[in-house]
Amino acid sequence: MKSFTYERATSPAEAAAKAARTPGARFIAGGTNLLDLMKLEIETPPHLIDVNGLGLDKIEATDDGGLRIGALVRNTDLAADDRVRRDYGVLSRALLAGASGQLRNKATTAGNLLQRTRCPYFYDTGQACNKRTPGSGCSAIGGFSRQHAVVGASTACIATHPSDMAVAMRVLDAQVETVKPDGKTRRIKIADFHKLPGSTPHIETALQAGEFITAVTLPKPIGGIHVYHKIRDRASYAFALVSVAAVIQPDGTGRVALGGVAHKPWRVEKAETDLPKGAKAVMAKLMADATPTPENEFKITLVERTLSAALMDARA
Amino acid sequence: MASPIDISPNRRDLLITAGAAAALSSAATATAAQTAEVSQPVISKISFSVNGADQALELDLRTTLLDALREHLHLTGTKKGCDHGQCGACTVMVNGKRINSCLSLAVMHDGDEITTIEGLGTPDKLHPMQAAFIKHDGYQCGYCTPGQICSAVAVLEEIRAGIPSHVSDDLNAAPALTADEMRERMSGNICRCGAYSNIIDAMSEVAGATA
Repeated sequence: MKSFTYERATSPAEAAAKAARTPGARFIAGGTNLLDLMKLEIETPPHLIDVNGLGLDKIEATDDGGLRIGALVRNTDLAADDRVRRDYGVLSRALLAGASGQLRNKATTAGNLLQRTRCPYFYDTGQACNKRTPGSGCSAIGGFSRQHAVVGASTACIATHPSDMAVAMRVLDAQVETVKPDGKTRRIKIADFHKLPGSTPHIETALQAGEFITAVTLPKPIGGIHVYHKIRDRASYAFALVSVAAVIQPDGTGRVALGGVAHKPWRVEKAETDLPKGAKAVMAKLMADATPTPENEFKITLVERTLSAALMDARA
Repeated sequence: MASPIDISPNRRDLLITAGAAAALSSAATATAAQTAEVSQPVISKISFSVNGADQALELDLRTTLLDALREHLHLTGTKKGCDHGQCGACTVMVNGKRINSCLSLAVMHDGDEITTIEGLGTPDKLHPMQAAFIKHDGYQCGYCTPGQICSAVAVLEEIRAGIPSHVSDDLNAAPALTADEMRERMSGNICRCGAYSNIIDAMSEVAGATA
């Protein structure tokens, strides 16, 4: 691990301003992803800003009937919150399908959104990776690509976003609240928060330099049956090959988002009008322009079958 | 609100070393920035409580909680397996919650209360979970065992506290003390010898005795 300097932030705005003034500085909260990457020198921040003392660890009701989830709420606490379990079950289910008990106790809401891909070529500093070293190429393309993206990928990057939580946030139309280095706040729709790789796969989110996430908000509950189905190589503690987050209403209408298939949580709203007709009817629009490799084309079939299982669960 | 920590030598002198080799930042938030390297280790004073005893250390900021326990406090019961949060051998309790001590910086635990395997029981007075692991042969080589036992103790607490899991049928009901629940919650602790079924037997006995 490279040496770094360290400070404890005293307010979100001050943290953002300090990060913007200090090239390469990173915020650290749970640290479960950042420290892993620092040990491998994939991340080499010269300065860490510890944001754990900022008191952003509360879940509060919003005026419009939703919830504001502090950026530092731990994954365990979010999954176990009575309101989340009752009104946003897909979010609890997604969180509980991710990582291990130890990691969920440490990992935070904002950190989960910001976690980086587990593409093995990103993790191997001996390999070309446009995300790790822009312009160096992509060893995953033409490499072992079984776990990689099948939609929304580019000729520069076929990595996937690893989060389960973010897939549920996408299906719930969450918003990300931030403070910028100049002290101004803004809200970013989760749909706009994560980027497709395009020609700049190292730019993963809509955040500007130094911009700091303070909370994630959920709109008022939409009812329906909440389902999260995750398919992986072992029954627990593994990243998704494919996951399906769905909220299905009694009349069969609903929403669906996918994990494990793209550089961001994958949702195609215009495909959802076909949900009452079943999984097969949704596939053409949901997976339009898919570009699977011979090693991961199985994911297309797996999406349809997982979605079908999720819909059966929701209607049971 | 946390106050700035006491870092010596003077942090400002070390903050950014001009002219050091620029490293490409892969951070999404600092894409165009060239980052200067910090040229030498930065030392920080840290104090926390381990197994009820106050400890004050001066550590390189890079020191993980795991290395602080093992290399500086010589509490070698907590094991380093993968050092990347994948195996669970380094599991300890911080303020009553289990975490991977390898994926946490010691400096981030100032003022915390840490419990390691040495704090759960002693050879003369075993924790019930330690006694149950011995009785049910919940190990072979024993390397993962301290992490397994710390996790097992925490898992029973988490079930009692009503925290749901991936295998809980009803999110809104209290989770049950079943083998399925315990297996799912123990998935962050890997045992290469494959003592899993005996570990579940040990946990089931303790759960039954105290439920």
